[in-house]
Amino acid sequence: MQRLLGARSLCASFFTKKQKHSAAFSSTSLLFDDTQLQFKESVGQFARENIAPRAANIDQSNSFPQDVNLWKLMGNFNLHGITAPQEYGGLGLGYLYHCIAMEEISRASGSVGLSYGAHSNLCINQLVRHGSPAQKDKYLPKLISGEHVGALAMSEPNGNLPMLLLGLSTFLLGKLPDVFVFNAAGSDVVGMKCKADRVDGGYIINGNKMWCTNGPVAQTLVVYAKTDIKAGSKGITAFIIEKGMPGFSTAQKLDKLGMRGSDTCELVFENCFVPNENVLGQEGKGCVSFGLDLERLVLAAGPLGIMQACIDVVLPYVRQREQFGRPLGEFQFIQGKTADMYTALQSSRSYVYSVARDCDNGKVDPKDCAGVILCAAERATQVALQAIQCLGGNGYVNEYATGRLLRDAKLYEIGAGTSEIRRMIIGRKLLKQQ
Amino acid sequence: MKIMVAIKRVVDYAVKIRVKSDRTGVETNNVKMSMNPFCEIALEEALRIKESGLASEVVAVSMGPAQCVDTLRTGLAMGADRGVHVEAAGQLYPLTVAKILKSLVEVEKPGLIILGKQAIDDDCNQTGQMVAGLLSWPQGTFASKVVLDKEKQLAMVEREVDGGLETLELDLPAVITTDLRLNQPRYATLPNIMKAKSKPIKKYTPQELNVDVKSDLEVIQVTEPPKRKAGVILSSVEELIDKLKNEARVI
Repeated sequence: MQRLLGARSLCASFFTKKQKHSAAFSSTSLLFDDTQLQFKESVGQFARENIAPRAANIDQSNSFPQDVNLWKLMGNFNLHGITAPQEYGGLGLGYLYHCIAMEEISRASGSVGLSYGAHSNLCINQLVRHGSPAQKDKYLPKLISGEHVGALAMSEPNGNLPMLLLGLSTFLLGKLPDVFVFNAAGSDVVGMKCKADRVDGGYIINGNKMWCTNGPVAQTLVVYAKTDIKAGSKGITAFIIEKGMPGFSTAQKLDKLGMRGSDTCELVFENCFVPNENVLGQEGKGCVSFGLDLERLVLAAGPLGIMQACIDVVLPYVRQREQFGRPLGEFQFIQGKTADMYTALQSSRSYVYSVARDCDNGKVDPKDCAGVILCAAERATQVALQAIQCLGGNGYVNEYATGRLLRDAKLYEIGAGTSEIRRMIIGRKLLKQQ
Repeated sequence: MKIMVAIKRVVDYAVKIRVKSDRTGVETNNVKMSMNPFCEIALEEALRIKESGLASEVVAVSMGPAQCVDTLRTGLAMGADRGVHVEAAGQLYPLTVAKILKSLVEVEKPGLIILGKQAIDDDCNQTGQMVAGLLSWPQGTFASKVVLDKEKQLAMVEREVDGGLETLELDLPAVITTDLRLNQPRYATLPNIMKAKSKPIKKYTPQELNVDVKSDLEVIQVTEPPKRKAGVILSSVEELIDKLKNEARVI
């Protein structure tokens, strides 16, 4: 019986025995209705054919592919504006669909998934929720088509200059220089030092932002800065920054442990003038706490995809690889591991999509939004570790995807609020509520 | 002009096939099923013809159990206007399928039928040819390029044959079967998946179409091909000829 390999595409030529994942494995289908399942299939196929074959390369070269514009491809597939209104080219759908897309893209490549999440949710969805009609008209269409890339910047770097230099400049200036910040805002978002001083017609921004996903390539960035240092969380304002604005530049692309290829860098603001019409939302209504919930929800689908990718690699391997005259999968320890991986994925998946459905119905609970990513991310790291273990020596070799999956999974315990912050959020809320 | 496209629900091309333990066929329980890749190419070609203005409607047809509706929904999500599901249990062989298609042609009256050249489960490569025979329509099989001329009511079909490329001119109505290099099928994007929900799927049974599904063929046994044995290095041409004659018995 002739197998029709790669009838439709390049996937046949890129399918090695390591990457060929079992297409027969299906997800918890009770979570989705027919249309959502069809969508999941469709995006899965798209990601499998266009993104997965490039995943290893993206990781190795620490950059997005040059031979094809993935942003445009995803834009053509209507993936960027899932939650954006149709008049700007979006689909006007909810977070459930967005999570489905995020999961399938992450499954193909964690790096592309992260960049996609930052672009479509952190940037585009913020504009959708808080942008004025003029701002939406100006920025959304190109972001949604994939012609422009979006980013969001909140966290800031630590001062990493030698103490000597710090001491010297302090001595010379008589005070600690504003631009040399330390103990600046990582988890302590409200402690951000990036300032926006009101001037005629707009603001002047000074400061740095760190770990900005898509920073090196983004044309449109949502940046948070302090307009009123004394007002704490109510003194933060969101601005729309455009690439090329005088005073705004990007510094070195970061060399990261994982999510390599998802370009991340430091942003530098030196007397950057931002006009009034680029204030996103209202001054002081810093959007610090809102938006982060939905960010966490959508990003939580990232580790789901990574867990699925782990299972996609492990199952065919343990069915095929034999030791002591039998396939690995017949040994109890391995069965235990695969069972743990499977249940971790299914339970995380149920949590994420149930919360997504709630959010679509208008019930956004910060405890659950933090909970889903806390849960999914920590499980994903463990699942990836077990995936490496199941592959044994091969798991330790970079020719197999498992190493990359672990390195990619780890990010989700840190970005969008570290696990510790997430626990704090949930614990505090539980304490306060009746 | 209406175009009818036959699409078949088959085991997904990426699935590792296993033979059932009772050897009556291939395991299809809990196995991922999808649209036959050649049928996708056929549907894509029909959609392109419609988009170029040379056809008014694309009707997708599928035959088999209730789950064929999923395959039809995918076809509708790709862009077909309507679906037709002929519900029938059990195995449908090419001649039966061809007879059903002929009955449907008498109802729908399309100007063109496009099918995949073969299905990846049975590799028959017969249905298109049989339909053309039953209808007495011209056929262009293994098409790698199709160009329609509306005024002259012709289809120019370039075929991939063993000797190279052959170009045929067919009077419409005609039957075309698609080969791999004809086109690259489109994805079903989410907006189209949503639109497809409201597109109609008409149901028939073979009895309503006056077709008897009883087949002249009976599958006696399905087994895996023998495992490939290691090769043997021979020392001379004489030894080769001896082995070909006495062991492999091919000369």
